[in-house]
Amino acid sequence: MTALLETQSLNKNFGALHATRDVTFTLEEGARHALIGPNGAGKTTFINLLTGVLIPSAGTVLFKGRDITKIEQAERVKLGIARTFQINRLFRGLSVLENVYMSIAERVGAAPDMLRPAGRRGDVIDEAMELLTRLKLADVAHKMIPELPYGRQRLVELAITLGLKPQALLLDEPAAGVPSAESHIILDAIDALPKSIGVLIIDHDMDLVFRFAKKITVLVRGAVFAEGTPKEIGANPDVRAVYLGQATTHGA
Amino acid sequence: MSMTPAPSDNIAALALGRRHRFQWWETLPWILALGFYFAFPRYLGFGTELLITVLFAISLDLALGYAGIITLGHAAFFGAGAYTVGMLAKHEIWTEPISGLVIAAIVSGLVGLLSGLVLLRTIGLTLLMLTLCTMGLLEEIANMAAEITGGFDGLDSLPIKPIFGKFEFDVLYSSTQYLYVLGVLLVCFLFVRMLVYSPYGHSLTGIRENTLRMHAVGAPVRWRLVLCYAMSAALAGVAGALWAQANAYVNLSTLGLDRAATVMIILVLGGYGRLYGSIVGAVAYMVLSHFLSKAYPTAWQLGLGLLLVVIALYARGGILGIADQLWSRLGRAQKHAQEQKPS
Repeated sequence: MTALLETQSLNKNFGALHATRDVTFTLEEGARHALIGPNGAGKTTFINLLTGVLIPSAGTVLFKGRDITKIEQAERVKLGIARTFQINRLFRGLSVLENVYMSIAERVGAAPDMLRPAGRRGDVIDEAMELLTRLKLADVAHKMIPELPYGRQRLVELAITLGLKPQALLLDEPAAGVPSAESHIILDAIDALPKSIGVLIIDHDMDLVFRFAKKITVLVRGAVFAEGTPKEIGANPDVRAVYLGQATTHGA
Repeated sequence: MSMTPAPSDNIAALALGRRHRFQWWETLPWILALGFYFAFPRYLGFGTELLITVLFAISLDLALGYAGIITLGHAAFFGAGAYTVGMLAKHEIWTEPISGLVIAAIVSGLVGLLSGLVLLRTIGLTLLMLTLCTMGLLEEIANMAAEITGGFDGLDSLPIKPIFGKFEFDVLYSSTQYLYVLGVLLVCFLFVRMLVYSPYGHSLTGIRENTLRMHAVGAPVRWRLVLCYAMSAALAGVAGALWAQANAYVNLSTLGLDRAATVMIILVLGGYGRLYGSIVGAVAYMVLSHFLSKAYPTAWQLGLGLLLVVIALYARGGILGIADQLWSRLGRAQKHAQEQKPS
């Protein structure tokens, strides 16, 4: 396997707070990789560094071997790095179809077009409808976002990002806030992603993580604490102590 | 899931494929505007002012209603256009009206582009204050540079050439102005209509609805906004230029907060981000203020203020928003009635 998205001794400071400490990390092509860690471990900060929302204080980010540390967010999306948000960021005043139209139009380069009606881009509409059908959203394609239950809104969140056809997909707690009765729809959608995409998932839900991931990285206080297969991580006594153990004591 | 219809048959896809098509009622404002010309020949001065206000409101709708750029300084561009035409005419450099509009559009567009490059790095209240400052700055320049702008008195008796070399502007009897402005308004309106239904217009709506997400889908957000702001400024400049040509004078009122606030009120009243909100809002505002000021010469603005409070509290979509709601309620009632009927 070749490296898709890499970081080398990545650091980020917010004043005195050292949110990311010397993180050296590799997301490989076709990976199913999970990033876990207790609250405040710097997981979302790390995603923001990968996508270019934040610029690191030190260290480099590489995409397919190319240094992209200083490259803007929009350009990284064009290269093939896309993410979903922990809290839905949707176009609430628009229909589901119009939401997905937005990202596909950007990807195929239709969005700067001023002279033709959006409705005449049959290619964009067809692709959007295919994507919605795949995610079982076609029957609500005409609905406005606030009309949908939260679980399906979460699917739209995923659909917008999949419209970008990313090579590296970063999922920030994709099932957060979804009632467990509905969460299987999201898990199925993630399972059905093309094998070639490298997927990094951040989640607290250990069932989801252990079911999905082939590799797990544990982040604690901004630094990589452990890395390995789910079996190794599950058996690692230190990880159990700082993270899994914490969870079980809470549960008990 | 075999019940799912083919993608192109989906109602959402059909609706999106059709939404840019002209509806029969879209001809109504233009028929009414022409009817006004024949029915009220003595009110064509008022009519001209109204049409110019509509164009100014449409330009603001593009920036504020569609792209969500919060601005309280849009009169900066109205004034830039008006002063461009005024100064060129007063100093006998350029007096042909139609090419004068083009020059005014370019000048205002450039002012919009340059100020937009700086301003649109900010959002919200900061942006609001900066647009106000830009307008104040221009107003003060127009006030101070009295030698070329006429200062506080402005420039009057502008020598504007006849349109196509044939149709004279008559300040007392505004029939030429009215038709000229109506023609320009139609062209500008069709341009904005094309823009808002295009993929570019769709992406502006996306920026308004969720800027962060637009960044995350790879849109060059700032450039899209700057371009939109510049086009909106150019259109406002055309409106200002028309005002200067139709009245044959230009003064500081074209650049003032009063004008900027009025156009904002008009847009909120009619309904922003709806294209036709500008037309409905301008007609409602100007007709209301006309009659209210006759009925209560001292306190007529109180009536407008109360109306605005009601709109802001109960009808965020403005007059058109209320009409929309009534329309869909009517549709549901009809559907309900049909279902009740035994078949």
